[in-house]
Amino acid sequence: MSEKITQEDGIRIDLMRDSKISGMGKTEKIRYIIDHVRDGYILILESGLDPSEHSLLIEKTMAEIDQDTFTGVEVESYPDGSKDTDKGLLGRVFNRNQSNTPKKNLTVIGPADRMKTLHKDETHISALLNTS
Amino acid sequence: MSIMQNMKNKFSSLFDVFGENEPKRIGIYGPPNSGKSTLANRICKDWTGETLGAEGPMPHETRRAKKRENVTIEHNNSKVTIDIVDTPGVATEVDDKEFVTEGMDEDVAKRRAREATEGIAEAMQWLREDIDGVIYMMDSTQDPFKQVNTMLLGIIESHNMPAVVLANKIDLEDADAKNIADAFPQHTTVPVSAKKGDNMDDIYKQIANKFGD
Repeated sequence: MSEKITQEDGIRIDLMRDSKISGMGKTEKIRYIIDHVRDGYILILESGLDPSEHSLLIEKTMAEIDQDTFTGVEVESYPDGSKDTDKGLLGRVFNRNQSNTPKKNLTVIGPADRMKTLHKDETHISALLNTS
Repeated sequence: MSIMQNMKNKFSSLFDVFGENEPKRIGIYGPPNSGKSTLANRICKDWTGETLGAEGPMPHETRRAKKRENVTIEHNNSKVTIDIVDTPGVATEVDDKEFVTEGMDEDVAKRRAREATEGIAEAMQWLREDIDGVIYMMDSTQDPFKQVNTMLLGIIESHNMPAVVLANKIDLEDADAKNIADAFPQHTTVPVSAKKGDNMDDIYKQIANKFGD
């Protein structure tokens, strides 16, 4: 389990290299993310999540929501800047490489009650962190 | 799409011979308050004479998936019979304070929030296991790059499901359907007003094209 971070402690941001979580199975990875976000961490994942992991993240987050302590997650990743329509959304968001393996984009995930996205476009994500 | 669903699709032509081909289940997906229930009601009313369920301005009005079976839609010479599934709006957070702000009693707001979380999980399970195609609705007055849109459309594409994207609420002054079309150029985007019934014929054309045999 991660160490719980209260708002009085400040804001803890962890930057995660791909190698830290790429060896985890999907369930283990999502469990790791939700446990940390629930404890107040903001995680920046060098390589984000694939569609099935996004699906699992939403389902598991809904199961964990408790109105007194955890209202969900705020998650943002870059849409890919390419206008190549043949790549499809999957190709654009996850920026498939030549071997057709999804190359996932940097992703920020935090507690919904402490992090709010102000702006997102293909080159820039701006978020406000609540310290009060 | 599940293994069973793939198998069913592969053998659908065989079932056709015996007249046992089941209607495709078409899920109406999108963020809360994008107009999914309004659209479901309009489609059902147009083709069956009856609506499907309650609709309202407060987010998470639909907290259980609702299905209307055997809705036959005709466009020109095409005809398709589908089951319409109106799903709860998908989000990554549910905060009861949002309902309290709208004037709801705290206990009622807490219960609504709990039901909403269950509904979202249920919507994701339907998408994973039971849905054959998607009508994806966005509010054209909102930013199309909301993460829930990119996540859900990514999931839908990864399942190789046919999808129709709708830019809803074009009757509102600050609507910009082109924003949505530009954000998701790989999909055909239909500008609509489910509330006013604008461009419904274009939706039926897309449904017949995408979900017909």
